[in-house]
Amino acid sequence: MRNTMAIAKREFQSYINSPIPYILVTAYIATAGYMFFRQLFLVRQADMRHFFENMPLLFCLIVPFVTMRLVAEERREGTLELLLTMPVTDWELVIGKFLAALGLMAVLLLLTVAFPITVSFLGPLDKGTTVASYFGALLMSGAFVAIGIMASAFTRSQIVAALVAFFIGFGLFLLGALIGVLPPALAPVAAGLSIGSHFMNIARGVIDTRDVLYYLSIIVVCLLVAQTTLDSRRWR
Amino acid sequence: MADKVMIHVEQLRKDYGSGRYAVDGISFDVRAGEVLGFLGPNGAGKTTTMKILTSFLAPTSGRAEVAGHDVYSDSISVRSRIGYLPEDTPLYRDMTVLEYLEFVCDVRDVPKESRRGRLKRAVEQCGIGDRLGALIGELSKGFRQRVGLAQAIVHEPEVLILDEPTSGLDPNQIAEIRGVIKAIGQEKTVIFSTHILGEVQATCSRVIIISDGKLVADGTPADLARKSSGAESILLEIGGARGNDTDPLSLLRHIDGIEEVKALNTSGWSLSDRPRATQFRVIPKAGVDPRGDIARVIATAPGMDLLEMTPEKASLEDVFRKLTTTQGA
Repeated sequence: MRNTMAIAKREFQSYINSPIPYILVTAYIATAGYMFFRQLFLVRQADMRHFFENMPLLFCLIVPFVTMRLVAEERREGTLELLLTMPVTDWELVIGKFLAALGLMAVLLLLTVAFPITVSFLGPLDKGTTVASYFGALLMSGAFVAIGIMASAFTRSQIVAALVAFFIGFGLFLLGALIGVLPPALAPVAAGLSIGSHFMNIARGVIDTRDVLYYLSIIVVCLLVAQTTLDSRRWR
Repeated sequence: MADKVMIHVEQLRKDYGSGRYAVDGISFDVRAGEVLGFLGPNGAGKTTTMKILTSFLAPTSGRAEVAGHDVYSDSISVRSRIGYLPEDTPLYRDMTVLEYLEFVCDVRDVPKESRRGRLKRAVEQCGIGDRLGALIGELSKGFRQRVGLAQAIVHEPEVLILDEPTSGLDPNQIAEIRGVIKAIGQEKTVIFSTHILGEVQATCSRVIIISDGKLVADGTPADLARKSSGAESILLEIGGARGNDTDPLSLLRHIDGIEEVKALNTSGWSLSDRPRATQFRVIPKAGVDPRGDIARVIATAPGMDLLEMTPEKASLEDVFRKLTTTQGA
């Protein structure tokens, strides 16, 4: 546990020292802010729905850049070897990295609290729905981060890691967009697997265990695959 | 305590999947307090063996134990008892030296109360006291190597495993790092790989040579030098041999304690000049020192002077070259 926190702390520190998160956070807030204020000024509608509706696609685009270096860079630099010869299990390492990236996403989400505050000045803000949406957003970030760490564990190239993470995330996102065109028999399957539709369920203000479990299973499965990938060096 | 086995390696094999063994049935023991030099040409299997000992890789077959714990089944116990410096010193470039060492203490669970003391000791031993605030990425290779060493000893491990700790350093830096290793070796078990022979003679109490994944020699540096077939020989230079009636070669052959005499420069001038060699390599019979006899015989031969007589010791280098080149053929 101490190891996990040490790794998470180091990784988070490393984020703070690198320009990437600043660029990503600025890009995200600029894009989300543009969409939010366009809605506000053009449609004269002050609500959070649009802001959260765009979140799955935007996260699908930015999280791969957050996670790409987590394992791939250490593999390329050789620091992974040194770290894995210290008394750290593969699990502790993976969880530590997961916590660091999730922490960065939490900071990003925290910075967007400016939007609901703006809304609350202009009109009634549905506080319950907003809180639920943020909870869902954190869960969804966790899923994207876990996918990214898995992709980063596969390779020593950060670019490959980012692309793989993007395609997996985008694939899961597209399933949601396909719901309308799929035959009725397949639509629920697509909805069940879509990374966006579970979030939209939560964003409606209803926290259903199925939606929570969906994200938790993605997190667990992806981290497990990442851990197994690290462990594969010791297979006989 | 002094002869407790700290590293036990038994029939270790590693196949990376190519069908060729990178390490092919190596066995050896290292006792507490030994500084073991792990010698071999590039690609002989040194790094692979070390990666197995640090439980980064699993052996294909065979067993290895460090401080009594199996590297495969009990790897966390092994890892908490070793300090390791991989080849090329991989460190986090975006951290300062102090941040990095504190990170290592965290991961290695160095208790808070002894942390300050251990950090101070490691920093002093490696001579990085004035660079604690510097970014690792901005350090010179020599200092990065020292930070790597400090990282490996800060938790006071029982066993220290260093993979080519002096490669890429200048002679001064090499001497410094060697000094550090020697000092650490006073209390710890150290195993370090190198392909520089002088290093082994200067720092190690024992040497293992591997070639093509196989162990080809094991002993103290002096042992190995003695064991080489090029046993001690004597180099002679004799003046006045040319144009002399007697051939020094036949004189030397008559001396009792001499096993073999080789003329080194037979190429003569002309027939009338009576071509004679002037330099010889003499191999004495085992346990005999014929130098006195040689001096007497040459001195009494008319017209001949003994210009030079140098005993040649077989160096570790000879042993190394002999053992590691015949293998591949």
